Order: sequence, then structure tokens, then C-alpha cells
Amino acid sequence: MENMHLKLKIWRQGGKFSKKGEFVTYELDNVSEHMSFLEMLDVLNEKLITQREEPVAFEHDCREGICGTCSMVINGHPHGPNAGTTTCQLHMRFFRDGDTITVEPFRAKSFPVVKDLVVERAAFDRIIQAGGFVSINTGQAQDANAIPVSKESATASFDAAACIGCGACVAACPNASAMLFVSAKVSHLALLPQGKVEAKRRALAMVKQMDLEGFGNCSNVTACEAECPKEISVENIARLNREYISAAFVYDEKEEKGGGAG
Amino acid sequence: MALNGKVPAGNLTEKWTKYRASMPLVAPNNKRRLDIIVVGSGLAGAAAAASLGELGYNVKCFTFHDSPRRAHSIAAQGGINAAKNYRNDGDSTYRLFYDTIKGGDYRAREANVYRLAEVSASIIDQAVAQGVPFAREYGGLLDNRSFGGVQVSRTFYARGQTGQQLLIGAYQSLSRQISLGSVEMYNRHEMLDVVLVDGKARGIIARNLLTGELERHAAHAVVLATGGYGNVFYLSTNAMMCNVTAAWRSVRRGALMANPCFTQIHPTCIPVSGDYQSKLTLMSESLRNDGRVWVPKKQEDAAAIRSGHKNALDIPEEDRDYFLERRYPAFGNLVPRDVASRAAKIACDEGLGVAPTGLAVYLDFSAAIERYGRSKAGVMGLHNPEHKKVIELGQNVVEEKYGNLFAMYEKITGENPYVMPMKIYPAVHYTMGGLWVDYNLETNIPGLFAAGECNFSDHGANRLGASALMQGLADGYFVLPYTIGNFLSNDIRTPKFDPNSAEFLQAEADVKGRIDQLMGVQGKQSVESFHRRLGKIMWEKCGMARNAEGLTAARRQIQELREEFYKDVFVPGSATGDYNPELEKALRVADFFEMGELMVVDALNREESCGGHFREEHQTEEGEALRDDANFAYVAAWAYNGWDTDPVLNKEELVFENVELKSRSYK
Repeated sequence: MENMHLKLKIWRQGGKFSKKGEFVTYELDNVSEHMSFLEMLDVLNEKLITQREEPVAFEHDCREGICGTCSMVINGHPHGPNAGTTTCQLHMRFFRDGDTITVEPFRAKSFPVVKDLVVERAAFDRIIQAGGFVSINTGQAQDANAIPVSKESATASFDAAACIGCGACVAACPNASAMLFVSAKVSHLALLPQGKVEAKRRALAMVKQMDLEGFGNCSNVTACEAECPKEISVENIARLNREYISAAFVYDEKEEKGGGAG
Repeated sequence: MALNGKVPAGNLTEKWTKYRASMPLVAPNNKRRLDIIVVGSGLAGAAAAASLGELGYNVKCFTFHDSPRRAHSIAAQGGINAAKNYRNDGDSTYRLFYDTIKGGDYRAREANVYRLAEVSASIIDQAVAQGVPFAREYGGLLDNRSFGGVQVSRTFYARGQTGQQLLIGAYQSLSRQISLGSVEMYNRHEMLDVVLVDGKARGIIARNLLTGELERHAAHAVVLATGGYGNVFYLSTNAMMCNVTAAWRSVRRGALMANPCFTQIHPTCIPVSGDYQSKLTLMSESLRNDGRVWVPKKQEDAAAIRSGHKNALDIPEEDRDYFLERRYPAFGNLVPRDVASRAAKIACDEGLGVAPTGLAVYLDFSAAIERYGRSKAGVMGLHNPEHKKVIELGQNVVEEKYGNLFAMYEKITGENPYVMPMKIYPAVHYTMGGLWVDYNLETNIPGLFAAGECNFSDHGANRLGASALMQGLADGYFVLPYTIGNFLSNDIRTPKFDPNSAEFLQAEADVKGRIDQLMGVQGKQSVESFHRRLGKIMWEKCGMARNAEGLTAARRQIQELREEFYKDVFVPGSATGDYNPELEKALRVADFFEMGELMVVDALNREESCGGHFREEHQTEEGEALRDDANFAYVAAWAYNGWDTDPVLNKEELVFENVELKSRSYK
């Protein structure tokens, strides 16, 4: 359908709107089913700019579901109602003429709102900085085929590495827990021989940072898995728990002396 | 200006090894005293920042994203080339070098390309050690596939998300250096100018995108890894924020822009569907391993498809024209991108296009599905399987190879590509042109380096598939960390630069002037609307086919549009104290106007057809590109000194000592 009419209830915060934030309702005509959700917002913004009003701030970049920049909660779902789909790949054919659509930012204490639908997710970077890497320098690597990795391990590792770091898992979780994000990175690396070496230290360091950032605890709601646009499995959380518990028992903090985080 | 590429003497195969061994070094205790700014955190930037940090330099890395992991390298799908010869199919460093030179239509510098091929193998080693989960075979070793323009399988891949996995690898190494304190990361900061002190690059002016504040950052050297300028065309496969500003501002300070007209149009993208379209989505070149490109032979069939009275499945085999296989039997569907794109355009120009707009051709997997299905049935011991079973098994194999791409296609178009052939059309994808650099990756401004897509150095007039990731990482991990020492070894006694010096204050004032000018227009039209109009001019007149008349008109139209922009653009919000994406866009679009004009000037100057640059006046009787090696075997490096004077051409003659210049044939 080419001429949908929509009512958009959009969260506005900062700029000319209140610091605490409020919903503002906009009407939009001539929405085509072939538009992506973000293209629909582009059309709204073009209209607002022509009326000399402040456009809705939202983050986006690649618009092909891989960079993890776009966020927002659409009708109560991070990245909207479709499974395995980022906001930028959600198309308007999944909405109906006359629909009212509610759009809000990801809501979590650790993701403060910057403006309107934009939140700050630097906490995720700091969690990776705490240990989400393999400690090797450029030039130290041996031949890539020197260590065979089973296809199964490589596939399982990839499934976890597919995380785009968007934060939908946090927004979906009633406790705003970051366990799916953290566990995806821990699993990605622990499942490969290259990352196995420091798996325990990594799990401890990343969980410690996650707690410092103020993310909540996991209470096995699994809303994170349901809302994850890359369909990262909660099996990763089980794997993280195993790594973490065994690390907590056996890992000697003194080993850290002189080592630093890297 | 005399351009010195600083290519070391000696045999091609020994140049890099000897040069690397004889370059001046900076001792570890001195590295600690030297500051380096890296702008950009994609493959080239993150790899360079991490590697320089590991070496002991003080690095500041800037990205306009909210996180370094979001750089557009992440969207690269198909793979990364490396001359590992794991397939035992005759690959070698020389063959990768030769394919790249030939693929680039003999417009790249031999020594740079050979070095790229040489270090390619180390990149794969490095990535695997970082934990990049490349595709593997059942024996546990790495898998490969083929890409366009080559006859070996040298492409390593991680499903259709190779760029993502390689970038995450580089991001993790960068994160490690951040945690160790050797790299200081500046997210949400956009470089708006480079600062020169005594003719050398010694810092940048960056805008904090959250607060709008301008910041002055000083260093001993500046590395730009800021990507390509494909968004000049508005519609491209680039991410929305990709822009030319960092590179262009360097040009405005004296750096040269090389071969700006060399842009890559990728043949397999999802076609445009409407005026609201904001970007185009690539369908990886890897699909041409198994997909066959065709259009109906008869115009009436194509017309019936366009009007919805027929679909692809209604066209019998004998009425289909597999035009790449017909025109290029030796390479078939795997001809290089420029060749495939032009062939698709020709088919559509002949009225054979299959989308309502007339601008699409089919990419059909039915033959591959059937082939894989039969093979799988054989493996499973099924004799005389039903056709339905064969198709089901074949679809499973294809899903395993390209599942995420097929899913993406279906999400965007609403059509199931396992049943109905994909509709595809060429779109702007990559820019081979970029800042002119010498063998050290240093621009003509001392201390200003350019790595990855933002330099011009390795791909000539056309880049081969899976070579962008290779070049970005080669520059970042294995070239720049060495060559920057050449420059910095002269600076070991140079104290830190003062960001409060007159040069920095002046540059900041200049940036503030640009911002005030744009905010002050308060016209009626949005930034986006201007960008769309610019893109339309560029696509129509400086896109897949170019001619003198169109280019001349385009230059005038761009100038007029630019004037209108500065009279009637409306940038809402305020410049400081607020997050203002419209102002960010306005600054970028302002620079796209100037870059776009320079591309047109370069395209006009280059009176030949080569690679992605197709001048209609210069073609063979069969419609293939006609190069003019006698007059145009040079790099066109342009100086730009503002609107009132013409850009000035500098030439670097390309010397081919190892490769014989031939007419490029994929027949």
C-alpha cells in the first residue's frame, strides 16, 4: 500500500522539549509500505524541518542491520515487533493504515538518553575494554591454518560473534541486564582455541565491569533472546555462568601482578 | 608540483622487504614522547591505532560514531583476499598482484600493489589469532571462495559478515590498547579541519557532537582513515554518515586529491524503489559464485514483467539472455564489477529491465540450487530423488552459504529469493580515488598520512571484490606502523605541540566561521533535499557512463546548486549546547559539493575509459572500455584552491616495469 496514514507517538527529550521528556503525537500521510521504518522517520523529519520545527533525533548509520547504531523501542519492542530484525530493516509493510505507533528510546539506567530517541551506550565499550579481546599484538600470529578449529566450534563461535552491540537485550530486560551482550563476547572467544587461553580472566573482568556500569542481574526472563535482532541465544549466558563460576573458584588474582588488563 | 611516489629502488619482489629493513626506526623510549592522531576507527583506523599503541606511541583515536565498532567497514559482506594458496590452485603473491593491477585497469602503482599482495597472508594470520571466526571446512582448516575478476579461490570469509568480524577483531585490539592507556578514544567527535604548523600536519580541530564544542588536538603526526566519498551520489551502499569532510578539509589545506572520478559502481544491489529511498543495499559479490545474471531476450517479455503480467518463472530457458556468460565466456558471471555493472546498464537501456522502473536484472539461483541438491542427494545416498527433494536439499546448501543475504533481501523486498530470482541493479559502492599518498602512505603534506579507502593507492580505476578489507587492514596493521616511523624519526626531539598556538586558534576560528555561515542562512530547504539533488546530478552525469557534454553541464549545475545551498538551506537547532545531527549533515554536504565538482573536472580531463570511469566517447566497437595508455597512464592529483579558480592538475606518471599493459579482456 502506498498511502498509509499513521499516528506516531514519539518520545521527545531535550532541545526545545523538556529535560525529563514527553510523548508528542505526529500525524503522517502517504507512507509507502516499501519504506523502511527509518525512511518513514526521514519523511516525518523532512516535514518537521519544512515547518521549521525541530526534527526527531534518532541514531542510524548503515541501514542494513549490521552496524548496531539504530535503536529505539517500537510499540514496546526494541527494534520493533519483527523477530531478528533491526529497526533499520523493519519495513512499513508490517504496519497497517491508521495504526498508532509508539516510539521511545532504549530505557536503562546505564544507557542515559542523549536526546529524543538517542541513548549513550559507551558502557558496552568499557565492558569490552575490560577484557573482551585476545591479548596478542600485531605481527605475533602464526600461520592461520596452524591450529585447526572444528567447523562446529567455529560455527558456534560465529553465532555468538554475530552480536552487533546495539543494546536491545538491555532494553528488553526488566532488570536492564547486559548478560546477553557480555556472554556473547565471552562465548565467541572462549569457543576458539585462540581465545580459550584467557577465557577465565576475561569472564571475571567483563562481569566486574558490567556490574560497575550498573547493569542489572539476570533473572532468566530471556526477553533478551526474544528481542535480539541477531537472535543471539541465551545458551551463551549459561556458558558465561560456567566460565565465571569455575573462574571464581580457581582464578588467582595474584596472577594479575604486573599484567594489567591486557 | 613534482610528485615523488618515493617508491624504493630494486626488484619488485624485494622492494618492501629491503625498505622495511632499512627504514629509520624510533626507539621505544622515544616512541613514548611522540603523539599520533588517528581519525577513523574502521578497519584501517582501528588497526593503525591499535598497532601504533602496541608499538608505544601515544595515540588519540577519533570517531564520529558513538562507538568505534560502528565504522562502515562493518558492513562489508563477502570476504577478504589473501595469497595463501591454501587451495593449491596456482595462487601466489605475484598472481594476486597481477590480478589487482589488471583488475584496476593499469591505473595503480605497481610497488604499492605488490606490497599489498605480499602482506595479505599476514592479515589472515593476524585475524585468526584475534579470534575472527572465519568459515572452516570439516577438517578444521579455513575455507575459501571466489570473487570477481580472478580464476583462483583466495577469498576468506565469515558468512556474509566478513567486514563485521574483521572490524570486531580490530576493535577488540583497539579496546585492549585503550584499556592499557596507549590509545585515548574520542567517540562522537568529528574532525573538521587539519592544523598545519610550519607546513606539517600537527593536529586537528574536532567537534564534540554531543555538546557542539570545538576542540583543538595536537600531535606529531595525523593519520586519516576516514573512508570513501561514495555518498556524493546520495544513494549508495555506504552508511548514512560516511563523508568526505576529513579528507576534503585536508585538500583545502593543500593535500592533493587523486583520481577522484574513479568510483566503483557495484553490480548487485537491491534496486531503488521510491523517492523516499535513503540508501541502497548491497547483495554481496559472492552471490555471483552461484547466481546467474539474466534478462529476457524479448522486449515484450520484459515489458510484461514490468507491468506485472508475467514474472521470471514464466520466461522459458530459451528466452533468457544470460548476458554475462554470453559476452564474457572465460569469466562468465564473475567478471569484475565495472564490467558487470556496465553490461547490466546496457541491458536495461535496451528495454530489457525487469523492475517497474525498468532498472533491474535478475540474479537467479535456480541452477545452483538444483546442482547442490543433486550433489547433496548423492552424498546422502538417495537414488533418483524427487525433484522437490532435490530443490529442498539445494535450498539448504544455498541457505548455509548465503542465508543472511537471502534473509536480508526478503526483508527489504518482501520476495523469497529461493523461489523467485533476485532483482538487482548497480549502485555506487566504493571510491578508488582518494588522497594522493606516496609509498609511505604519506600525503604531500608532511606528517599527514592516509590509510584505507580514503587514499587512492592500490585499486587503480576499479577495485576487485574482497580487496577493500585487505587494503584497509594491510595499511593499518602492516604498512603504516612502519612507514610513519620514517617521518617521526626526525621528530624525536620535537616537544609536544601546543594546541593553544596561533595556528590552532586560527584553524578553530575558520571552522567556527563555516558553522556560523551554515547556521546563519536560515533558508527554507532541508540539507537532505540538497544532498538528494546533488546525488541525482552526479549519478546521471558522472555515474556509470559519462560524456563531455553531460559533465560540462554537471559542473555548472553543481555550482548553481551550491550557491542555492548557501542561500536557502535551513539548519534547525543550535550549534552549541545541543546534539544537532542536521548541522553535522550540513557540514558534510557543503564539502560534497566541492568534491563532486572536482570529480566532474577529473572525469572531463580523463579522455579515456578505464575501470569504473567510462567515457562514452572512448569505447570499442563492442562497447568495451578503451584506454589511452599513451596519454593517460598517470595519476591525476588535484589541488583545489576554492571556488574562484580551477583545480590544478598534477601528474604522477605510472611506470610499469613488471606488467605489460594490455587491453583488459575477460572474454
